[in-house]
Amino acid sequence: MRTLTKLDGDSSRARRELHDHIQGSSPLARHTVDSQGQRQAGTSSFHESAEKHVTGKAAYIDDIKTPQDALHVALALSPVAHGLLTKLELESVKQAPGVVDVITFHDVPGHTDIGPVFPGDPIFVEQEISYAGQCLFAVAATSLQAARQAVKLATLHIDEQPASLDPVAAAERHDVVRPTHTQQRGDWQTALKQADQIIEGDLFVGGQEHFYLEGQACIVVPTEDEGVMVYTSNQHPSETQKLVAEVLGIPFHAVTVEVRRMGGGFGGKETQASPWACIAALIARRTGKATRLRLPRSEDMRATGKRHPFHNRYQLGIDSQGVIQGGDITVIGDCGYSPDLSDAIVDRAMFHADNAYSLGDARVTGHRAKTHTASNTAFRGFGGPQGMMVIEAAMDDIARRVGEDPLTIRKRNFYREGRDVTHYGQQVDQKKLLHTLVESLETSSDYWTRRQQIRDFNTASPVIKKGLALTPVKFGISFTAQHLNQAGALLHVYTDGSIMINHGGTEMGQGLHTKICQVVARELGLDLESVRISATRTDKVPNTSPTAASSGADLNGMAARDAASKLRERLFEFAAEHFDGGLDREGMRLEGGMLIAGMGESERRIPWGELVQTAYLNRISLSEKGFYATPLIHYNRATGQGRPFYYYAFGAAVAEVSVDTLSGEYLVDRVDILHDVGNSLNPAIDIGQVEGGFIQGMGWLTSEELKWNAKGVLVSDGPATYKIPTYGDLPRVFNVDLLEGHPNSMASLYRSKAVGEPPFMLGICVWSALRDALACLTDYRTSPHLDTPATPERVMLAAHAIRKKAL
Amino acid sequence: MATIEFLLNGTPTQCHVPPDTSILTLLRDHLGMTGTKEGCASGDCGACTVAIKGNNDPHFASINGCITPAHQLHGQHLLTVEGLAANGELHPAQRAMVECHGSQCGFCTPGIVMSLFTLHTQQQTHPAPLTPERLEAALGGNLCRCTGYRPIRDAALSMQEVPWNAPQWIDACQPTQTLLSAPQSNTNDIDLFAQPSTLSELTELRRRYPSARLVAGGTDLWLESTQRLAVLNQLIDVTRVEELGRIEESPFNEQPGWWVGAGVTYSQLEPLFAANYPAFAHLLHRLGSQQVRNRGTLGGNIANASPIGDTPPVLLALNAWVELANQDGTRTLPLSDFFLDYKKTALAADEVVSQIFIPRMAEDATLKVWKLSKRREDDISAVLGAFHYRLVDGVLSDVRIAFGGMAGVPKRALKAEAALTGQPVTRESFQAAQRSLADEFQPMSDVRGSQHYRQQAAANLFERLYLSLSAPTQEVMLHAYAH
Repeated sequence: MRTLTKLDGDSSRARRELHDHIQGSSPLARHTVDSQGQRQAGTSSFHESAEKHVTGKAAYIDDIKTPQDALHVALALSPVAHGLLTKLELESVKQAPGVVDVITFHDVPGHTDIGPVFPGDPIFVEQEISYAGQCLFAVAATSLQAARQAVKLATLHIDEQPASLDPVAAAERHDVVRPTHTQQRGDWQTALKQADQIIEGDLFVGGQEHFYLEGQACIVVPTEDEGVMVYTSNQHPSETQKLVAEVLGIPFHAVTVEVRRMGGGFGGKETQASPWACIAALIARRTGKATRLRLPRSEDMRATGKRHPFHNRYQLGIDSQGVIQGGDITVIGDCGYSPDLSDAIVDRAMFHADNAYSLGDARVTGHRAKTHTASNTAFRGFGGPQGMMVIEAAMDDIARRVGEDPLTIRKRNFYREGRDVTHYGQQVDQKKLLHTLVESLETSSDYWTRRQQIRDFNTASPVIKKGLALTPVKFGISFTAQHLNQAGALLHVYTDGSIMINHGGTEMGQGLHTKICQVVARELGLDLESVRISATRTDKVPNTSPTAASSGADLNGMAARDAASKLRERLFEFAAEHFDGGLDREGMRLEGGMLIAGMGESERRIPWGELVQTAYLNRISLSEKGFYATPLIHYNRATGQGRPFYYYAFGAAVAEVSVDTLSGEYLVDRVDILHDVGNSLNPAIDIGQVEGGFIQGMGWLTSEELKWNAKGVLVSDGPATYKIPTYGDLPRVFNVDLLEGHPNSMASLYRSKAVGEPPFMLGICVWSALRDALACLTDYRTSPHLDTPATPERVMLAAHAIRKKAL
Repeated sequence: MATIEFLLNGTPTQCHVPPDTSILTLLRDHLGMTGTKEGCASGDCGACTVAIKGNNDPHFASINGCITPAHQLHGQHLLTVEGLAANGELHPAQRAMVECHGSQCGFCTPGIVMSLFTLHTQQQTHPAPLTPERLEAALGGNLCRCTGYRPIRDAALSMQEVPWNAPQWIDACQPTQTLLSAPQSNTNDIDLFAQPSTLSELTELRRRYPSARLVAGGTDLWLESTQRLAVLNQLIDVTRVEELGRIEESPFNEQPGWWVGAGVTYSQLEPLFAANYPAFAHLLHRLGSQQVRNRGTLGGNIANASPIGDTPPVLLALNAWVELANQDGTRTLPLSDFFLDYKKTALAADEVVSQIFIPRMAEDATLKVWKLSKRREDDISAVLGAFHYRLVDGVLSDVRIAFGGMAGVPKRALKAEAALTGQPVTRESFQAAQRSLADEFQPMSDVRGSQHYRQQAAANLFERLYLSLSAPTQEVMLHAYAH
């Protein structure tokens, strides 16, 4: 299932290949285009909204029409990172043209703290300002322009205080948002003492702005009782329902939250979509008018949290072969001003500080540092990527120390028989799969031949240096907060046979709704057109978990399957009794829009529509709910041991880069990926996740640089200054394959595996390849220090430092 | 307030909106057409991409709706994503995006479809190989956060063989040929959007409305409206001024060269530069995005006087001159005398930039243009170095070097020039040039780069130049950044 489009100037050949690809004459066709009209789980159905996307008909929040008298909200954000708000002068704001309402902390009837898991996030600043971008007050006006102009008229009295912006210093003085956590297995100190060599290092891993193309947005419409209807771009509607109700001081059932789709989420709309809904809901209830709130891009970037920057340190004992015997790893997450989800995020960084390698007898410590910046939050990988960086850096460093190729060292350290228990006590299942996968990629990417070619090239080229790296991914699948591993679904069959399925997951572009429809179609033997999803709504499926942790399809797909199979069994029972003389219950099945009973001559076929009609007339319920809770998982925080993950997803990627060591400019020449999704639910969608995740991970480590000024104000607050990958950053050669023939060893949805987050970390190979290119300046004897993102500036300065040292 | 008349997906349309209304706001807020999206309102993400075509334009051109004044639609044809499938059948670009799984969250998709549409239109009338460079040019201004672009590349490659069954209205005639004129009253507090058609009309308006702002592409000016919430209620549109749109080959001070009207867009400059200044043409590929290059003008890049504008350092190295015009006539001065201080120029209150004279390079002269930025495409320079020189019998002459991003203005490196002029290509002379940089340039640290980086990077460009001259067979830079 290769999606290769090699594009080396010969576009006509690529075009031909692609044409064949789409027309279906190539063996790859089934994976890109569903030519058979067979649209069930396991096939590459198009995204359910694809035609609406390309015609502009897919509606996002700001596209929803509201009544003429709807209000538009603009927010006043703190210009300083730390201080006391001593006085707010808002008279001229209230008098400004078009202004209808102005609200502050003191206008909130219910809860004022909207911290999602732990308290600490005031809806508006009461007195203490904790970051530049924190919300001070909100203005509602008849137009967005009027509201934004009015905000500028306020006089703010702020007693500015020095901001704490260094997470390492904060951790040292125990200025943290949550207590430090430690995981430990075996005697790490003895392991270090007895090791042949000790190797240590440190690394700064930068944060990342989500840069969902659709910014934070919501519309709140007051309902005829005391409640509200909330339309929001949101990964966690149930939490928003709860927070809106608490802020208004009304019961949860008075609040309904609906999410049709998001223009991207990536974790940035898990907790950070709620504050805006709460503010809009306050105004909607106060004014009785529909209220629209969307954050302009620069405000979105300043007001919302990002991927946590991390400062990581490691000290590892290795044997003469470079195999880790044990050691000590410390990760310090820069959490920003409040806990938000940082506890679980730093935990996940710790859970992934081993990546695919046995740490031996090791201790892993995670600090949750508090700084005066926006509260950092979920972002694809959820701390996992930052944790993995420490051990991937160590792998390169060990390789240089013992004089071996980094791939050799990586493979030597993989989990294997006898070294298969993680530092948090979980046994690594399917550990052989990683070896198989990497060996296969090694061969398909021609790693060793290219390694030699690159060495030869570099010897002859004084300025341009090439680098090559293969890095693996082992990513744990499950929410580490156990209770979130549950999901519900609601299935309705209407009397024309059409089906509505609702579930707790939200669609942010990842194709979840497409996959869920495929699941239902497969369970009921129908084509995909018969199944539809309206939207995610809290009044259809209650008490849902966020669509996060890659779990959307795993959890909601199982719940949908549960609902569909229960309904199917009910229809079977009915059909067996009802149809003339009774049908053979044994072997009864739904296929191709038919109920089929019996075999051979006694076979009976009843069209789905007739079955449904008949069932209805006989007063059989055509509605069903489904539920799923992931089995087996547990984690004991007190001991730092357990089995937090139901299973692991694996993958590996090879990157080849060319670096201009004078300017720091570089190109990613080629990338090969082999990724494990078990039995794919939809290969085209899964490949889309792998490719998109990889490019996003590459961007995180290369061009995406968050910068704050000395006073803690974010200065990279728009796409002019914050550079996500663009078209030209797509590697010229980009070979992406899904590993076939390795179903999930656990009883997951059709033995598939989660795919949302794991591929993000494949991007690490680009960073490692850049380091490899720079390492050639020292004849591969040392590994250059290269903090991330590895911008041209950092790469150039690293090369410069090496050359200066050599002089 | 003037009434704008234009074609919207083939339908004659009239609107009354304030002068600082963007095309995006007009579509979404006034016309209720929400297919076109706002991703950043700063012309950097392309979600708002639409296509426009004037009566004399050969093709529809992609532009950013968020930073283009709605009034500039007057007498033009605007095509939006809603118009492409008007006859119920998807446009080949749309079909290809569906079939290649080119959309995930779908928010950037309307903009990408419009960029693909303009590429498709060009391919239908002037088929040419879709090289990686052309695809980059066509798609580099559209950010997608989900797909990683591979399926979009596939869509671009697969759509072009499928013709578009275009609706008849695509060639509909414009409802109007007249331009928007200023009211007769001379008050300064009225809303104004005037479209002069001659230079004398322009300078007259400039004199009458001293507080009005000139707008060409709007690619920088409009950010004052969308980002800083400035009210731009008086605008003089220079895009219809006949003299400002010309490119003429004609000598100046007995020097051969070209007079380029200040209103000539980057896209329109491309053929001239490709034929005569290949390094400059290559820079254009990395200047903004296609949407920006279709609107942004050479005069705007100069008059704006940003220290990080891309063309001024190159023009300085080419010894360009700038012509300023007012009601009394014109004056011409070296471009190096035009930039006075940070965002300060020699332009008087009643003057406009009318033309730029770019000398033809000597046969044996070389121009190198090296732009350093965080991202290769659609990014602003951290440092831009432009190097002009002749190498005759191993000796350097006519050395002119200029930098962007190294001072408050685009600036010549006169000491470095002196260190190299009349010298053979030796490591010593280039090291002397490198050393002189510290005397002449004290760059600042900002979001695009630290002071240390800028200093070192600029110095390294001299090393690059030295290596490219002393060992011409060696690869000293990456192809994609070449020239």
